[in-house]
Amino acid sequence: MSSPTSTPGGRKRGRTTNPSTPSSEGPTSPLSQRRRGLDSSAGDLMPMPTSPPTDMLSPAAPQDNSLFSSPRPSVPPNEVDMSSPLMYGTPSSRVEGTPRSGVRGTPARQRPDLGSVSKAPQVDLQYEPQPNADGAVGSEPNAGQRLVIWGTDVNVGTCKEKFQRFLQRFIDPSSTEDENAGLDLNEPLYMQKLEEISVVGDPVLNVNCLHVQSFDAELYRQLICYPQEVIPTFDMAVNELFFERFPDSILEYQIQVRPYNALKTRNMRNLNPEDIDQLITISGMVIRTSQLIPEMQEAFFQCQVCAFSTRVEVDRGRIAEPAVCRHCNTTHSLALVHNRSLFSDKQMIKIQESPDDMPAGQTPHTTVVYAHNDLVDKVQPGDRINITGVFRAVPMRANPRQSNVKSVYKTHIDVIHFRKTDEKRLHGLDDAEQKLFTEERVQTLKELAAKPDVYERLAAALAPSIYEHEDIKKGILLQLFGGTRKDFSKTGRGHFRADLNILLCGDPGTSKSQLLRYVFNLVPRGQYTSGKGSSAVGLTAYVMKDPETRQLVLQTGALVLSDNGICCIDEFDKMSDSTRSVLHEVMEQQTLSIAKAGIICQLNARTSVLAAANPIESQWNPKKTTIENIQLPHTLLSRFDLIFLMLDPQDEAYDRRLAHHLVSLYYKSEEQMEEEYLDMAMLRDYIAYARTYVTPRLSEEAGQALIEAYVDMRKIGSGRGMVSAYPRQLEALIRLSEAHSKVRFSDKVETIDVEEAKRLHREALKQSATDPRTGFVDISILTTGMSATARKRREEVAQALKKVIQAKGKAPAMKYYQLLDDLRGQSETAITKEMFDEALRALSDEDYLTVTGKTVRLLA
Amino acid sequence: MPSTDDWIHNPLGVVEGMFAASQNVPDSGWEAKAVAFFKDRLEEKDAHTRVPSLNDVPLHYLPPGSLVRFRCFIQDMFDPEFYTGAYEAADPTTGAKVLRCGKYRDVTDCAVDFNSGNTLTAERRTFYCVPIPGENPWAKEGFAASSRARVAPSTSYAPTRQKRSYEEDDDDDMDTQPQTQPHTGPQSPTEARGNGDCKRREKAAPCGPAAAPAHLDLNFPLPGEKGPSCLLKVYEERDGFTLNEAVEVFGILSVSPALGALADGDASSSLLDPAGAMETAEEQRVHSPPASLVPRLHMLHATPLPHGNPLLPAAGLEDGSACSSPSPGELSSARAELLSFLSGVLLGDALAAEYLILHLVSNVYTRRDVLPLGKFTLNLSGCPAAFPERLYRALRQLVPSSYYLAMTLQNMNQVRLVPTKDYGANRLRSGALQLARNTSLFLDESRLEQGQLDPTGVRNITALGTLISWQKVDYDFSFHTMEFSCNVNVIIASEGRSLLPAVEDDFVAMRKEAPQSVSPEDLHRMLVVARLLSVSRGHTSLSPADWLRAKQLELLRRSRTPPPPRLNEP
Repeated sequence: MSSPTSTPGGRKRGRTTNPSTPSSEGPTSPLSQRRRGLDSSAGDLMPMPTSPPTDMLSPAAPQDNSLFSSPRPSVPPNEVDMSSPLMYGTPSSRVEGTPRSGVRGTPARQRPDLGSVSKAPQVDLQYEPQPNADGAVGSEPNAGQRLVIWGTDVNVGTCKEKFQRFLQRFIDPSSTEDENAGLDLNEPLYMQKLEEISVVGDPVLNVNCLHVQSFDAELYRQLICYPQEVIPTFDMAVNELFFERFPDSILEYQIQVRPYNALKTRNMRNLNPEDIDQLITISGMVIRTSQLIPEMQEAFFQCQVCAFSTRVEVDRGRIAEPAVCRHCNTTHSLALVHNRSLFSDKQMIKIQESPDDMPAGQTPHTTVVYAHNDLVDKVQPGDRINITGVFRAVPMRANPRQSNVKSVYKTHIDVIHFRKTDEKRLHGLDDAEQKLFTEERVQTLKELAAKPDVYERLAAALAPSIYEHEDIKKGILLQLFGGTRKDFSKTGRGHFRADLNILLCGDPGTSKSQLLRYVFNLVPRGQYTSGKGSSAVGLTAYVMKDPETRQLVLQTGALVLSDNGICCIDEFDKMSDSTRSVLHEVMEQQTLSIAKAGIICQLNARTSVLAAANPIESQWNPKKTTIENIQLPHTLLSRFDLIFLMLDPQDEAYDRRLAHHLVSLYYKSEEQMEEEYLDMAMLRDYIAYARTYVTPRLSEEAGQALIEAYVDMRKIGSGRGMVSAYPRQLEALIRLSEAHSKVRFSDKVETIDVEEAKRLHREALKQSATDPRTGFVDISILTTGMSATARKRREEVAQALKKVIQAKGKAPAMKYYQLLDDLRGQSETAITKEMFDEALRALSDEDYLTVTGKTVRLLA
Repeated sequence: MPSTDDWIHNPLGVVEGMFAASQNVPDSGWEAKAVAFFKDRLEEKDAHTRVPSLNDVPLHYLPPGSLVRFRCFIQDMFDPEFYTGAYEAADPTTGAKVLRCGKYRDVTDCAVDFNSGNTLTAERRTFYCVPIPGENPWAKEGFAASSRARVAPSTSYAPTRQKRSYEEDDDDDMDTQPQTQPHTGPQSPTEARGNGDCKRREKAAPCGPAAAPAHLDLNFPLPGEKGPSCLLKVYEERDGFTLNEAVEVFGILSVSPALGALADGDASSSLLDPAGAMETAEEQRVHSPPASLVPRLHMLHATPLPHGNPLLPAAGLEDGSACSSPSPGELSSARAELLSFLSGVLLGDALAAEYLILHLVSNVYTRRDVLPLGKFTLNLSGCPAAFPERLYRALRQLVPSSYYLAMTLQNMNQVRLVPTKDYGANRLRSGALQLARNTSLFLDESRLEQGQLDPTGVRNITALGTLISWQKVDYDFSFHTMEFSCNVNVIIASEGRSLLPAVEDDFVAMRKEAPQSVSPEDLHRMLVVARLLSVSRGHTSLSPADWLRAKQLELLRRSRTPPPPRLNEP
């Protein structure tokens, strides 16, 4: 199927090697002699490199082995030794080998993932007793006697030595892979894994290609370019090493090396003819899996006349039925005996490239993947996986009745290693996306982070088409960054929620939906639902019967799908109560428990919720308090870290600015806009980098500041009609502060972070504009434009006013205009009446004074 | 003068000549040269009109291996394909090995020596192309009339011969079909495939999935469409194309019968072939349909079609712009004429006509993050019965492509609007919302009656809403949806206010004063109106006069329409 003789990729190789015909004796003999020397040291045959292309053996029928029961008449015994190794042996055949000769005693399992079923090399092997996979050996012109596998530059001996050295010496002290949990990072990594194999008995060794690369770049290159030759060599090497070290261990079959994480190709879209027959790693989503396909490897024929039996191996997907019985010379007397033929398991899997990898306006590509033996049924439709395998192209079968051929190849990947990307997420480890940043990109990001106004800049880059709402954008920005994930499972509290939940509540037409849309478009794993159109099952998960397999399968809903992402829920208020109730668990415990139709499970849903709702009467009723307007249960409200009120101020100055902004959308050119704002890709990278690499911790001062802030919040929250503060809000403050320090790429949460968190929390609820006595939001305060500078100025004026009053001494009541004049006299800047009013209001908020009509009275 | 047109009749010969000439020259870059050769030829004055078009010449009149053109719409993109770019084959007579070119071919001529070291593997992509959905007869005729290709077997060939009678069919359809057949709008059932033979053949084998399940579903976005579809093989600039793009392709026609994978003999042998069994029969049927129905087209050159209007100069000339731009005087008189025509159609409502013009010239010209700018969806409410059909018939004469969707309950519940990925056949099953840019989508809401919308219906209505508000369609990929931006002019005719979000223009005068404060949406709308107004007058920048006029129009419009009811009344 994919041997060098039939694959197009094979053509491109071997330019440097001598294309000697496979049967040429001269250059091959030295190697074969050397081989023999090696062989005798480790047992008298070298099974692995020879087996893959030659024979397939189903584990289901291992005892049916012709080598022992009925040797093929045509094959001389010594060739049996070389090409069709003993390790096909049944468990009983292991008895033959002494316990010490481990390699010999353990059956090898064929690797259909690597080998081809083609018999072409087999022919070579039979004429030429030497152990390389592809039969012939040529010598590199320059290297004189250095021998390599035909068509490659791989020297088996060197390659084996190198790999053994790699196994024995490779240490990765900085390893963070979950697979290496429990291993001593300062000891050779793979030796520990071999030890694990000897204990557990699962004869699979997964090898990270990056490790090979960092250890020996040349070996890595060979692995990538000639996987079909190199991996069997690796197998051979690892088995020698293993049985040398653990001579008494008994494995089901010989260890197979499964490399993963090859850097060659990351993206399905980049696959091109150069990748044929090379080792590649691509990511994608499984969309279909076929049933198990028993693939015939060897057919068993029996003569109906004389009961003579013969075996025919698959050749390029076909079995040539013998026309004449060799024993009794009857023609057409041979019948296939199915249950004595040999089969191997095979499964076709279709994967589709993940939506994130695709350019706009294109449809996703799909690729066919074949899984063999124990990789069958390892993945299910819907899984996101990384596949390492060999990319193959097979010419379309020529129709015997037609002289011409379709000039198209069928491509597929023979999978060697699956790695589910979901699985990691389910285990609750770090974010799955190990996004790779180039040095320069990291540098740019860090430069950006060093700017003092990075927070404002990023906030402004968020949804630039939406006017103002700076604080809301800041809130959403912090949500995108998220808090630090903490694990308290040892003390019994489990994981702390690190994701922020935000509720936008406000008048219609205040671009809530647009903000949601934007966020949904920005984050890699976002889901957008509308409360009206969602049912509880649509959000969580539902059980359905798969029409094909008739099995019950769990279909996950929006919340589960947005694990590690953001779930945007529009029309939150229109959601039915029962639907909303499923959010309780998700929004605090971040899990989802399901008990239906015989499936009881708990799914992770570590999602941030960004919800948008209208006030209870569609429009904000200024006569009502905040809580009356929102009208959501306290249980739910307290789970939101930030609740933003988005009110339409209905003020001329505001409208003018808004209009200006809208008009500019229409006349500014694309380039002008680009200049003004950071682009979306930059923002995305910045967030991804911060999420992955920055894990801030609280500093001492920050802790103190948080305590202060919480006590303050409790005080304010007890006011009439306000959203009261629960300990949850303290956690929210912590998360917000952490997120803010993430924005600065700081590993320490400092007081400024807490300050901003506090400010945002207060601003969100317009607490500054709320009359604490009545609980009403004072729209007129909002219209004055609560920008940071304005507030600062107001603060200054208030302080100045306070001084003026204090200077007056103990006068309990003052005339309004008198006071204004006094203030004007003292101030260097012009004081308008509005500013004066504001200052009065600020002081009355502090309970310093009270204004009744035109009289100002001091309190306390 | 057959010799000069060799590149049309035998383009493969040209390609092979270049290939052969390049053999002894390293880095000859013959492929780029070949592409440039055809491009140059086609850009010669009117040369492209001499190339026969698949759109108006029946397939069996076109010799295989000749250069043809096809005005088409990329409906689906298949996976990349590896093919033998060059191969070695034994010459049947001499037995000598010859290196041959496999580019622009589906089938190799003779037994290929796959073991040869000279075999070259290359990559190409396959796009599934259909005629431009909803293209109106006058546009087809216009394109056909400009063609000067001579097609050999039929000397008396006249593409528009039977046009008249089709038009008459049309009128009947208009009134009856929407009620009786949920799958067909009053789209012309027979498009300008102007040949009788061809028509009869198609009538004998109707291509609807329901009518003949065994028959090939050509996967047209709109029901009731006719015309050839083809598998386009793209060699150069494979990533430059996007789904739903309208292009005019010049390519080599390939109709070898060997291409249809579903010959009955093959089915049995595929059981033995482990690789063959992996493809479902359905997938094979879709990806290798009989070449007589779905010809293969090997692209040599393609030009994008920005407007699809035969009366306008083709693409590329636009940047020159000096060529035929009319004088301001001509323009305003044409505008006035159009206005009076539309007022007539709209029963004398000049304001509605003014808005209709604005709607017709509207176009999504850019997107600010998710916000499409320039869309102008129009809702004509208060339409008398049967009026929408009449309006649509007038509209069809104005726009190059359009589609009438009667929003009957039955239609809404049954019609497939959103394209879905069919993983069984590995293709994108088209839906009526898969439309080329600037297609007019006419929604007749007056046909909506009381009743129950089933889940499909709800999805369909949601899809229409998304299309109108965001100018995008979320294609259903079963595991996830994928959004595709589009640029479709939606016009809704309804009796009352439409349930879909749109700019509304009340058709019957209603006098309700509702001075509301200007919301941001209103301002957005005003700006769009003003912009379109200046576009419709041929201005390149917005003048204060246009702005005043826009304000006036909006005021008039608002004075007629009732204030929108609060959506979320408690």
